[in-house]
Amino acid sequence: MSNAPAIVAAQEPIRRTPVALLELMRGHRRVMASFVLVALLFLVAILSPVISPHDPLGVSPDNSYLPPLTPGHVLGTDELGRDLLSRILWGSRVSLPVAFVAVAVGLFGGGLIGLVSGYAGGIADLLLMRLVDALLAFPGLILAIAVVAALGPGLRNAMIAIGIVAVPVYARLVRAVVLQLKQMEFIVATRSLGATPLRLVLRHLIPNLLNPIIVQVSLSAGFAILAEATLSFLGLGAQLPTPDWGQMINSGASFLNNDPWLAIVPGAAISITVYSFNLLGDSLRDALDPRLRS
Amino acid sequence: MAFAHLLEVDDIHSHLTVKDGTVSAVNGVSFTVDAGETLGIVGESGSGKSMTALSIMRLLPRSGSIVRGKVTFKGRVLTELSEEEMESIRGTEIAMIFQDPMTSLNPVYRTGWQVGEPLRIHRHVDTRTSIKAAVDLFKKVGIPDASKRVGEFPHMFSGGMRQRAMIAMGLSTSPSLLIADEPTTALDVTIQAQILELLRTLNRDYGTATILITHNLGVVAGMCDRVIVMYAGRVVEQGRTEDVFARPEHPYTWSLLRSIPRLDADEHEPLKPIDGSPPDMIRLPTGCKFTPRCPFAIARCAKEEPELLAVRDQLSRCWVTQGGVTLDGADLG
Repeated sequence: MSNAPAIVAAQEPIRRTPVALLELMRGHRRVMASFVLVALLFLVAILSPVISPHDPLGVSPDNSYLPPLTPGHVLGTDELGRDLLSRILWGSRVSLPVAFVAVAVGLFGGGLIGLVSGYAGGIADLLLMRLVDALLAFPGLILAIAVVAALGPGLRNAMIAIGIVAVPVYARLVRAVVLQLKQMEFIVATRSLGATPLRLVLRHLIPNLLNPIIVQVSLSAGFAILAEATLSFLGLGAQLPTPDWGQMINSGASFLNNDPWLAIVPGAAISITVYSFNLLGDSLRDALDPRLRS
Repeated sequence: MAFAHLLEVDDIHSHLTVKDGTVSAVNGVSFTVDAGETLGIVGESGSGKSMTALSIMRLLPRSGSIVRGKVTFKGRVLTELSEEEMESIRGTEIAMIFQDPMTSLNPVYRTGWQVGEPLRIHRHVDTRTSIKAAVDLFKKVGIPDASKRVGEFPHMFSGGMRQRAMIAMGLSTSPSLLIADEPTTALDVTIQAQILELLRTLNRDYGTATILITHNLGVVAGMCDRVIVMYAGRVVEQGRTEDVFARPEHPYTWSLLRSIPRLDADEHEPLKPIDGSPPDMIRLPTGCKFTPRCPFAIARCAKEEPELLAVRDQLSRCWVTQGGVTLDGADLG
C-alpha cells in the first residue's frame, strides 16, 4: 500500500495516466526542472517572431562582426551584420519541429514494427528483427547521411533520415516490453473476457508501453536535434537562407580565429537544447522506474 | 431446454508444437457439465488440465491447436464457430479465472475499470455505468469499501483481493459457466478457504456451473459434485466425487489419495509419494501411460492402452480394475 492520498472515489470519473505524470513531477524535482526547460524551448520557438529584436535575415554590413554584449545586439552579429540572437531564436523554429517529426517517424515506424514483432512472433518477428539489425549495424549519423544523400538534401528529407535512424531503437524497445507483457496472465484473461485482439492491443497492451516510450522519446529528441544540426552543418539539412544552428556553426567556423562567437553561440544553443531533452529523459527514467518508486 | 447438457466436451485432442516435436497435450478428453454443477479436474502439472480449459475457450497458445473433437455449449458447437462468434461467448456465457492473480490484472488500469470491461465489451455501457456496476460486483465478492477500492490500482490489492476482483470480472455478465483454473494455487491457505467459500456461495446463489481445475484433492472433495482425474493428457478416472474418493478405480487416483498425509497418522509414518516422475510428453510410453509408476501393473498394461470404461459406479482407464481386481485390497506395505 503506497502512501498515495490520490485515491479517486468512484463517483468522480476515473482519470488515467496523464494525470499521474503531473503527480510524478510534483514528487521529482529534476523532472519538473527539465520539463520547464523543454517547455521554455518550445515557447521560444513559438514566440520567436514576436520576441526577436531584429530580422534574422536583415543584412547590415556596417554592423558586421560585432562582439556579444554590444548594445542592441546582445549576442553580437555575424559576417553580414545579422543579429545572432534573432537568428538563434528563429533557428529553434527549425530544430524543434525537425526533432518532433523525426521522433514521430521513429516512434510510429519502430513502434509498429516492435508491436507486430513482439505480439505476432514467429516468422514476422524473425524478418522484422533482421531488418532492424541491418539498420542498427550502421552508426546513426552515417545512416542519416546516407539516407539524405539518397533522397537529396533538404529539411524534409533530413527529418525522414533522422526518423529512420530512430526506428530500430523503438522497434527493439517496444518488442522487448511486449514480449515481457505477453508472459502476463492478463493478456489471456482479457481475451477470455471476449476482447478482440485489436482491443487487446490498443486498450490493454499499448497503455503498458507508455512509460518506457515517454523516456525514449525525450532521449531521442536530444539525438534528433544534434543530428539535424550535423546534417545542416554538412549542408544536407536546412538550406540557405533559413537560419539554422548547424548551418550557423558551419559558416561561423571560417571565422573561429578572430570572431569565435559566430560558432560558439549556435553551438551553445544546440548544447542547451540537447541537454534539456537528455535531462528530461534521464530524470523521467529514474522517476518512472518502479524499483525506485517509494 | 433444448440441449441435454450445458457443456459437452467430446473426444477433444489438442496438440502443442514445441522445439522437439509435437505434444499431445489433450488426448481424447470427453465430459459433460450440467447447469449449476461443479466439476473438478485434477491432475499434476502438465497433465493437460489447463489445456483442456483453454481448448474449451479456444484460447490455446499460438503453438497449440485443437486437432480433433467437438465442444458443444448450450447446443452450439464452439469448435465450429467463427472467431467473432467465439468472442461473443467469451466473457458473457463462459468466463474464466486464472491461477496467478498477481499478473492477471492489467497493472496500468484501476481495478474498477477492469472489472467493468466485459460490460463495456458486450453490453456497450459507458465507463461510468460500468464502474458503478463494478462497485456492486465488488460488494458481491466481498471486497470491503468497494466504492473506494474500484479507484485503486491492482498493485494496491493483496493476492486474495485481486482474485476476488478477477471473480467479480468473471461474474459481471452472469455467465452460465465459470472455468476456474487453479484459482487458489497462488494464495495462502486461509485466503484459499475464503476464495473457495466465495465460489461455493456464487455457485449456490446464482446457479453458475463451475469447472474447477486444481491439483489439490482436498479442494475437490469440498467443492465438486463430480471429478475428472487426468494423467498425461488423458482422463484416467471420472465419476461422482464420493465414489472416486471412497473407492478409486484407477491406480493413479489411488496413489494420489494415498499420498495425502493424514492428521490421524502415526507421528513417524513417512509420506507415501508416487514413485517415478511424470512421463515425457513428447515420448510417451506405449500402453497405459501410468504403467512405469503403477504398483498394480500387469503385462498387458505396457502393451495396450486401455479404454475409459465403466468400473462399478465410475469410469476408469485401467486393465487391472476393468478385470475385476479391487485396488483397496492390495497390500503395498
